[in-house]
Amino acid sequence: MNSVSPYVLLSALLFTIGVVGVLTRRNAILIFMSIELMLNSANLAFVAFAHQWGQLDGQMFVFFVMAVAAAEVAVGLALIVTIFRSKKSTNVDDLSQLKG
Amino acid sequence: MTPDLIVFIALAIISILAAIGLLTSRNAIYAALFLILNFATVAVLYLMLNAPFLAVIQVSVYAGAIMVLFLFVIMLLGAERLAGAETQSEMRWQRPLAVGLGALLLIQAGYVFITHFSQSPASPKAIQAGPMEIGMMLFGPYLLPFEVTSVLLLVAIIGAVVLTRDK
Amino acid sequence: MQLLFISPILFPLSGLLINAAFGKRMGERLIGAVASLMVLASFAVSAYLFIQMGALPEAQRATAVDLGIPWIQVGNLHVPFGFLIDQLSVTMMLIVTGVGGLIHIYSIGYMHGDPRFQRFFVYMNLFIASMLVLVMADSFLLMFVGWELVGLCSYLLIGFWFSNIKNAEAGRKAFVVNRIGDVGFILGILLIFATFGTLTFTDVFGKVMAMSALNSPVIVAITLLLFIGAVGKSAQIPLFVWLPDAMAGPTPVSALIHAATMVTAGIYMMTRAHVLYTAAPATQDIVALIGGLTAFVAGSIALTQYDIKKVLAYSTVSQLGFMVAAAGLGAYATSIFHLATHAFFKALLFLAAGSVIHGMEHLSKSAGAHGGAADGHAVDPQDMRNMGGLRAKMPITFIVYVIGGLALAGVPPFAGFFSKDEIVAAAMQHNPLVFGLLGIAAVFTAFYIGRQLVMVFFGKPRTGNAEHAAESAPLMTIPLIVLAVFAAIAGVLNLPGVGTLGTWLAPAVGGYEVEAFQIGVAGLFTLLSVAALLGAWYVYRNAFTKSSDVDPLAGLGPLYIFLKRAWLIDALYQSVIVKLFYAASSFLARVFDVGGIDGLVNGTAVLVRNTSGVLRRIQNGLVRSYGMMMLLGVVVVVAYFLWSAVAR
Repeated sequence: MNSVSPYVLLSALLFTIGVVGVLTRRNAILIFMSIELMLNSANLAFVAFAHQWGQLDGQMFVFFVMAVAAAEVAVGLALIVTIFRSKKSTNVDDLSQLKG
Repeated sequence: MTPDLIVFIALAIISILAAIGLLTSRNAIYAALFLILNFATVAVLYLMLNAPFLAVIQVSVYAGAIMVLFLFVIMLLGAERLAGAETQSEMRWQRPLAVGLGALLLIQAGYVFITHFSQSPASPKAIQAGPMEIGMMLFGPYLLPFEVTSVLLLVAIIGAVVLTRDK
Repeated sequence: MQLLFISPILFPLSGLLINAAFGKRMGERLIGAVASLMVLASFAVSAYLFIQMGALPEAQRATAVDLGIPWIQVGNLHVPFGFLIDQLSVTMMLIVTGVGGLIHIYSIGYMHGDPRFQRFFVYMNLFIASMLVLVMADSFLLMFVGWELVGLCSYLLIGFWFSNIKNAEAGRKAFVVNRIGDVGFILGILLIFATFGTLTFTDVFGKVMAMSALNSPVIVAITLLLFIGAVGKSAQIPLFVWLPDAMAGPTPVSALIHAATMVTAGIYMMTRAHVLYTAAPATQDIVALIGGLTAFVAGSIALTQYDIKKVLAYSTVSQLGFMVAAAGLGAYATSIFHLATHAFFKALLFLAAGSVIHGMEHLSKSAGAHGGAADGHAVDPQDMRNMGGLRAKMPITFIVYVIGGLALAGVPPFAGFFSKDEIVAAAMQHNPLVFGLLGIAAVFTAFYIGRQLVMVFFGKPRTGNAEHAAESAPLMTIPLIVLAVFAAIAGVLNLPGVGTLGTWLAPAVGGYEVEAFQIGVAGLFTLLSVAALLGAWYVYRNAFTKSSDVDPLAGLGPLYIFLKRAWLIDALYQSVIVKLFYAASSFLARVFDVGGIDGLVNGTAVLVRNTSGVLRRIQNGLVRSYGMMMLLGVVVVVAYFLWSAVAR
């Protein structure tokens, strides 16, 4: 045990909860939020490792992950809005056809 | 039991509960609020891990901007009530299987953690991670990724505009 | 130098490529000019090769053109890609490109306004190139390639106006009947390879000449199989039925392919393979007999036909019978001589008939397509009963038709007289039965051509179409005049007692003896021909005053019907072979195909469908189940790495 191991364990737990959320929720927005939770737990692990090794690079990764997450959310939510317009639903089980 | 550890345990419990709340709430607005709570606790954990800059942008960008966007879309679509949509479909096996596989994944991660990670020692020196140090890194070794990120964000903006534009 | 030798093939080939690629934008005149000039260029090169060959001493005249390209090398089968230019092939090249060039020029006028003008000339150039491959080949295999290519062109051009189902069916019939002959030909080629281990002419003939025994079974088999090929291509009994139907094609096609060149490929092939045939006298007897019978039967059918082109078609079959008989009698050079004169006068007759048809269509069309010729008009422009009195309307056509007709009938001094006389003389020496058949056929020939001349050109016009017929354009009449000159004087090629052509060909066809002019036979046949012509004139001069009159020969009763329906051979094939074939096919289709093959195929399909029906559930289109698969994959992969780490 060292000072950052609890953080890493917590990160793993949160990641798993996020995975289960992605797989069990049917609302596209909630699936999206679960993905954000997974990203966030990964960020936590990065920061913990950065602390352990006394290096800043881990924190830089978190910075970039946040930027990518922001971009992803913008496009993803736009997609959800577009799909909702045509399907009148955010339920991913309704989206089982390639044909719009 | 150091004070740090007590604070960590309290925060960890809150964040796990918030995550479970996200997992189980039937109202999308509540789920989003649980997620914000989770982000906030993680931000405090960043502070404890000597990452004050990240803690601030965690709150401002993640909990602030991104989650506001989520809430905005939920309300725009009127999708906050999930009761009807969350009825059981033909995929009965999905939920238990997901929980089971998630548990397996957790066990695997814990195994790796115990066998490989716990022995490695912590670094003796503490790091300085103020805005200046972050800035030096961003515009030094990470200049190219930083610039590429700006392009990525631009593309995301255009993509969002194109996708949601009325035909 | 090698390029010069193969350039006769390359010219029409490039012509067809140019016309196929750019023809859409070139316009009729340019397309026709390109196609015709390419063939004339081929002719020029052939003539140059001929002159050059003539300057050489006799022993060096044959040139093997080996392009140095190994064509087929499988096991012990080595076929080089090469050509053989000798006296025989250069003579054939001159005929093919010379007559072909004139017919190309004629076609520019004849096909004017046809919507598929471009395609016509592409096919025609392809035909010339293919025919040259056939006559220039130095091996049986390459010859077979040319043989099949000309068959393809024939099929394409017979069915050229395919929008009329009758024409398409005629093309199909020609194709199928020719396949029967081709099977014989290719079996013969295989047997040659199995026996001699090579397919090039010089090697095969060398090995045959080394064998001393006559009539060895294998040689007889080979020659008979090759002869089956010739029977199909050169329209002999019993496979001649396709040629009269082939008249469905445009008239220049009938002239070029189905009279002057392609149908003579069988005779050329037998002449080329004369070494084999000389070694098998048993086969030669059969060949001569088939030739004589064909000449007789086809000539008798031609007596009763009304369609101007059908008469000429049966006449062609009959004349091909003369050539085959000559080949069977061992008079190969004579056979080629008759082939040459026949190419001139029969091409002339066909083109003149085309000119007549063209004139007959003046009334009912403004300009252009002949496509509807057989069905579109109330008056059939090819039916001789609808003609009459065209002598005054189409004077040039009339004169050249008379020249062609006299040449065909064998009236001196026209070309046909000399060549036919030589064949008949050879028959008299060697085979009395064939001599009798050919003699009767010669009389028939004079009679039916006399009948045709009278019905078309004399008397009074019997329909409005004949009334308003007009002479064709110079583009069509000039080739007619050129051909008429050749038809008139081509006899000098091989005058009796001189034998220019025969002596020239002698080294390539295994010798030639210059025959003395036998005044008795020649005089007898001249008298018979003239008598038959006059008889035709006497019988038919007043027979038709209107289209619906009955043919005087109908007085023969059942015999007339029998002849008119071509000895009932088509009907026989239809009722025996085709019906039997259909019955067998439908049996196989119902029992074997539906039960066996379809069962197997459907069984496989059902198996695949059921299997995939199970597997399909994985691909259910639901995002979450795909996510589950990903998670499963992650867990498995991580487990694998952990396990291997522990194991290490």
